Parts: sequence; structure tokens; C-alpha cells
Amino acid sequence: MSVKLGLLALLAEEPKYGARLRAEFEARTGGTWPLNVGQVYTTLSRLERDGLVEAVGEDAEGRIAYRLTSTGRSEVSRWWLEPVDRDSTPRDELVIKLALAVTVEGVDVHRVVQTQRTATLKHLQDLTRLKHRASAGDRDTGPDTDSHDTAWLLVLENLIFAAEAEVRWLDHVETRLAREASRPRRRTSGTPTDEPTDEPTNERGPGHEQGQPTTSEKDHHRTTA
Amino acid sequence: MGTMGTTNTPILRLAEVTRVHGSDATAVRALAGVSMEVHAGELVAVMGPSGSGKSTLLNLAGGLDAPTSGQVFVEGEAIGALRGDGLARLRRRRVGFVFQDFNLIPSLTAAENVALPLELDGQRVRRARRHALAALDLVGVRELADRYPDAMSGGQQQRVAIARALVGDRKLVLADEPTGALDSHTGEDVLRVLRERCDDGAAGLLVTHEARHAAWADRVVFLRDGVVVDSTGQPATADSLLEPTA
Ligand SMILES: Nc1ncnc2c1ncn2[C@@H]1O[C@H](COP(=O)(O)OP(=O)(O)O)[C@@H](O)[C@H]1O
Ligand SMILES: [Mg+2]
Repeated sequence: MSVKLGLLALLAEEPKYGARLRAEFEARTGGTWPLNVGQVYTTLSRLERDGLVEAVGEDAEGRIAYRLTSTGRSEVSRWWLEPVDRDSTPRDELVIKLALAVTVEGVDVHRVVQTQRTATLKHLQDLTRLKHRASAGDRDTGPDTDSHDTAWLLVLENLIFAAEAEVRWLDHVETRLAREASRPRRRTSGTPTDEPTDEPTNERGPGHEQGQPTTSEKDHHRTTA
Repeated sequence: MGTMGTTNTPILRLAEVTRVHGSDATAVRALAGVSMEVHAGELVAVMGPSGSGKSTLLNLAGGLDAPTSGQVFVEGEAIGALRGDGLARLRRRRVGFVFQDFNLIPSLTAAENVALPLELDGQRVRRARRHALAALDLVGVRELADRYPDAMSGGQQQRVAIARALVGDRKLVLADEPTGALDSHTGEDVLRVLRERCDDGAAGLLVTHEARHAAWADRVVFLRDGVVVDSTGQPATADSLLEPTA
């Protein structure tokens, strides 16, 4: 992921000048990816050259604010729509993307989460298929290839764990958003609350936090045939 | 995986299935217009938060519950038309269930548990036992035939439950969190067995909240509030992600 998409996402809200973009980017992504002002201005001039942003003029202090062109706007929309490409970018893009998605007005965060979850599960399916094949081949291989097979399995399993962790984290994001969404209601009730923010999160998904009846799977119909 | 050729008639087909529990003020719409197909050789996983309708979906697929509207077809037959005996026969001959807590009968051995649906269906004891042993063999626990459930590990019990679900040439296995009570390694073994049964021609519908287990399926379907919101089988169609800004 380039700084480019992060800046475009912030400019989608309203025109901003460089120093403000830098400050907002850092504040909203929890300092995960510190930028310097120079980097921001270089990026902005490249974006301007490519027709994704345009200058709106100077303010009293001589700062130039930028706004998105329609091309820039569709570039941002495309980014929200598409899952993060696993092959070409470090996984951090997803973290940055979601941090921005929850702060930028008008983004359907649930959709972003679901699109990513589906993509990550597809990836996990591919990995599982490879693993199934690798471990099914165990029998046919001679002793020489044993350690190579083990190494390959370990690599696959590392990728499987990473993908699984990502899905669990996405579930957790939904859980947290559901909890945050129910917070203002609690405030207006005027009762002092012990914010249960540190309670262990339920990894099984948001349903548990939304007060829906969690019917025990065991209580469901049983049959022996 | 899923190498078994798919025939044209799916083993399971849901057509616009809706299920409303209760009525009027207390009505809960557990499923809303769900359509899906599971073919021979296919394993389909269903994921979704608690309360999203996963168990309701399985119960409808197996004829344990009836839709408020829409239809369920098993091997091409509309099961809504079946009554009493017909439904019982469907459950004995065509559909098998696997649950989180194994549900084996404690006073029966593994082989007797697996043979039970066949005996209930009127088969002779010896013949039923022969089929049961074959089914236990397929899930890799032939040697446990004469053990009682409490002398087996969770993973072994779940394999026996899978054998029971598929004994006698049944084609549809419905599994509701079958790995929920197992450690992750054992859970994976159980998934592998389920996968292999499907590769051999069964159709499987699996509810799980474990992404790593769902990944054994050919297709993962996501349920939310009774609606299929996405599936790994088809490309995501996100069209209104950004609300039009004024
Ligand atoms: N027998 C029932 N009577 C009333 N409501 C039910 C019944 N079974 C399920 N529900 C409701 O239907 C919804 C879906 O339930 P269920 O299918 O068990 O979801 P899941 O298995 O995904 O947790 C939930 O809101 C649940 O409370
Ligand atoms: Mg359930």
C-alpha cells in the first residue's frame, strides 16, 4: 500500500492542506505508519500530476489545500470496494484501511469487513487445499524429500494461521463496532456505567455482543438418525 | 477436493426458504429467502454470528423443521410434501446429522450406534452390522466397533457419529459445529474425514465458526440475520459501499 491511498481517503471528506493531512493520518491510524510532511507534499504533487487531486488555492498563511478530482474520487471508491491484495502488499494495509474506514464518513464498514472476510477465506481455502495435497503426498515420497515436505507444510501452516487470525480479527472488529454503536444509548440513560471495555471479546462473532439470545447449540433438536 | 463430478440434480436444494418462528409481535424471522444448492461431492460451509440462522438452516435441510415459505428438495424430492412416515424415512435413508456433542447412545457400542438407523429402517441385524462396520472403516475407526462411547475420545466419537450419518448409502450429511467440543488438532482430523466422505460422493453442509475448518469446504456461505450476505463461490458484488455524497 502506498501513502497515496490513505491521503486520497482523507481528502474524500473535504479539501485539506499537507500538514493537516499528515496529522490526521497519524491520529487516525494510531501512529502505525508515521509520515513526515515532506513525504506528504511529494505524494500530493505526484497525485496532482496524475490528475487525482487539484489545488484549491492558498489560505492566508500561504498553505495550499487540495481536493479530489472525480478520478481521485473513483480511485478511493475502488480501494474501499476491493479486498487488500495479499500478493503485493504488506498485511498492514488492511489495518490502515479499517482504521480509516471507521473514521471516514459514509463508508459502509460492515461491507468492507465482509468483502475482506470472503477474500481471506478464499485464500484460506486455497492454502487448505495445498496442505491437504501436501500431507496426502506423504506416503509417496522417499526419505530425501521428508524434510522439504515438512518445511513446506510448516510454511503453509504459518500462512493458514495468519489468515485465520485475520478472520478472527475481522470478527472482532464487527464485535467492537456493534458495542461502540450501542454506547451512546447507555450514556443518555444517565446511569453511571462501568464500561466493560476490557472484558474478553468473544471471538465467535458479533452476535454474542448484540444481546441476541445465544441458544446453546446443544439445546437444538437431537436425533439419532 | 470436490473431484467427484456433480450431477445435475443437487442432493440438497433450498428455494427461497423463509422461516419465521412464532407469530405477530413475538415473530422472529430466522431465515429470509435463502436459496442454495449442495451437489454430490461438495462440502459447503455456513458461517455467521450467533443467531444468524445457521441451525435453522440445517434443521430445515434435514426435515427436522418446516419452512414458513419456500421449498426444500432432497435428491430432487420436495420434502414439504412428506408427512410423518415419509419424513421419518427421509431421515433414516437419506440424511444424517452430526452435532457438537456427538449424540451417541451411551448404552450401545460404536457398531450398534451406527447400525441403529438401518435397524430402525427394518434391516436385519447382521446386515445392518455389516454396513456399520464398513462405515466405521471408511472413517478410520473400524477397530473401535465394540467399544462404548465413554471409552472413546471426543474425536473418535465424532468419527463414529459421521459413520452413523452416512451409513447405508445416505447422501446428505448435515453437521452443526461438529468440531465445537474438540481441540484444534482433533477437530481438523474430523474435518478431514468429512472432506473425504464428500470427495467420495456425499454432499455435506457444515456449520462452523472456525475459519480454518470452514476452509476445508468447496464453498463458504456467510449468513447474517437470516440472509446470505456473501459466499466464496461467487465474486463479491459490492455496489453501494460509499453512499453518494452531496
Ligand atoms: N424454536 C425457536 N423458537 C423461536 N425462535 C427461534 C427458535 N429457533 C431459533 N430461533 C431464533 O431464530 C434465530 C436464528 O436462530 P438459529 O438458527 O439457532 O441461529 P444460529 O444457529 O446461527 O445461532 C435466532 O434469533 C433464534 O433466537
Ligand atoms: Mg446454532
